[in-house]
Amino acid sequence: MKARALLGVLFALLLIAPAAIGAYPLAVLILILHYAYLGIAWNVMMGFAGILSLGHALYVGLGAYVAAALYASFGLPALLGAVPAAVVATLAGLGIGALGFRFRVNGVYFALLTIAFAEFTRILFDHMGWTGGSSGFFLPVEHGHTNLIALRGPPILFYYVALGMTAAAFVASHALMRTRLGYAWLAIREDADSAAASGVDVFRARMAAVAVSSALTSLGGVFYAFYYNNMYPEQIFSMARSIEIILAPIIGGLGTLFGPVLGSFVLTLLGEGTTSLLEHFGLAAPGAKQVIYGLALLVIVMVRPAGLWPWLARRLGVGRDG
Amino acid sequence: MEVYLDIVASGVLTGLVYGLMALGLSVIFGVVRVVNFAHGELTVAAMYMAWVMAGSLGADPLLTLPVIAAALFAVGYLLQRHLVERFIGRPEHEQFMLLLAVSIIILNGLLLVYGPDARHVQVEYAYDSFELGPMLLDTVRVYAAGAAVALALGLYLFFRFTDLGTAIRACADNLLGAQVVGLDVRRLYALTFGIGCAVVGASGTLMVLMRDATPQLAVQLTLLAFIVVIIGGLGSMAGALVGGVLIGVSEALAGFLLTPSLKSLFSYGLLILVLLLRPEGLMGKRT
Repeated sequence: MKARALLGVLFALLLIAPAAIGAYPLAVLILILHYAYLGIAWNVMMGFAGILSLGHALYVGLGAYVAAALYASFGLPALLGAVPAAVVATLAGLGIGALGFRFRVNGVYFALLTIAFAEFTRILFDHMGWTGGSSGFFLPVEHGHTNLIALRGPPILFYYVALGMTAAAFVASHALMRTRLGYAWLAIREDADSAAASGVDVFRARMAAVAVSSALTSLGGVFYAFYYNNMYPEQIFSMARSIEIILAPIIGGLGTLFGPVLGSFVLTLLGEGTTSLLEHFGLAAPGAKQVIYGLALLVIVMVRPAGLWPWLARRLGVGRDG
Repeated sequence: MEVYLDIVASGVLTGLVYGLMALGLSVIFGVVRVVNFAHGELTVAAMYMAWVMAGSLGADPLLTLPVIAAALFAVGYLLQRHLVERFIGRPEHEQFMLLLAVSIIILNGLLLVYGPDARHVQVEYAYDSFELGPMLLDTVRVYAAGAAVALALGLYLFFRFTDLGTAIRACADNLLGAQVVGLDVRRLYALTFGIGCAVVGASGTLMVLMRDATPQLAVQLTLLAFIVVIIGGLGSMAGALVGGVLIGVSEALAGFLLTPSLKSLFSYGLLILVLLLRPEGLMGKRT
């Protein structure tokens, strides 16, 4: 009960936040919600089913490119383009999953397989002429009119879309964890052999986790495309992007529902806070922010290896799922 | 036809240095069972050390190699003792986060101190070449590859014939057994991490003869080391060299036949095939 009340308060605060803050804090909040959403999507695979993916940038990139290309070529609105985008990304995820699980590529090896596919795709897009290759793909921007279906409009539109996506993904993963499939994932995460022995179809449950995770992640990619209006293979498919996606859920607490959200708040504010502090003291130099960020990450990992949320939840006296 | 011979030979020589770098990763994973995600960052750090010494002392990287290897041994030893040790036996993603944090600090530390520009080490024999039958071999590559093979051989002899090497292998083969007979596993792990990093130091020093040092190179090199190790077979010393040569040749051919920016496409393709068809690697043992 207490957990729900706290969540309700947080959601209400986020709902009214744009009225109280300026353009820059709003942009930071959008970034936080975007990474919280991607973290929740990734967490379905790693946190719940125990499948380590280090190549989630692949699904972000595919989602972004498919929806953006359909909009730019045929004027298909983002909300409709999201369907083929999710289909393409899910098929890619299922393909990688089927290969990996059938050939028994597990743990770190599976993670390397996901990196290999993401990098492979990055290089392909770098050389693909009709999506602009390495010089990037851009969406036409028209100022002045707001259209939710086409995802065209001012930052505040994107803020509420990001908030809605994050809240929906949160509720969906909460609901999923209480289904038969959710319990199958947890059983597989703890011990795949025992799960199989108790009658869980491990292959199908794992494939379901990959499908849900890649589909959700690709929708994050659609959001990215229409919010930023530009994409470069080198950025959107990069290993660095994949790592950014997994930082929040791990720092927040792997396998918890609220971990990705908390992690995203902590990490984004840490990054932005360091930037403004360094600028304030005139110390902004390339690399300075990331060194401090890395040190903070190191401290968090050393002190709270299981993530911040399980510890904070105990402090607040709420269930660790929250 | 002869141009292909030259390209393949150059790929083999470069690949041997890749192999040495991957050997460092393989040694650490084989014994400590931790995947060193800061591998490329440490390699690039060694490249910068070689560049600094070449600039200030005018020293040939081949001569400063022992100093740099020793420095990285110390780095590896301390890293294991103070940070990695606590994460032994913990879930893989926690180890990953730890080494990721270390890699972020090293990479951006280099960026902060030396900036983003490429740093080039000029040696006197940079444009010399050997004639071997119909082939023309770059002198730098011949020296670097020769040093890489000699060091790999030395490492093999160390693990095979010295007491310390045997003790380290014992930890890898049977940890419980090693503890039962009274081996100081913590110290041996730290020494292994140090040795792995010393190998990285050596390979970085050789790499700087062939490639300019930039901080951005680090991520690429980490992935390259993974590819080589997986293709060759984790824990197989000969496998690392074979994997390195394969990748070196595939990069060289792809760079010549298609375009240099496509060269790693084939490396990743090769990685995917090996992961699916022979996950223990070409020279690894099936477990």
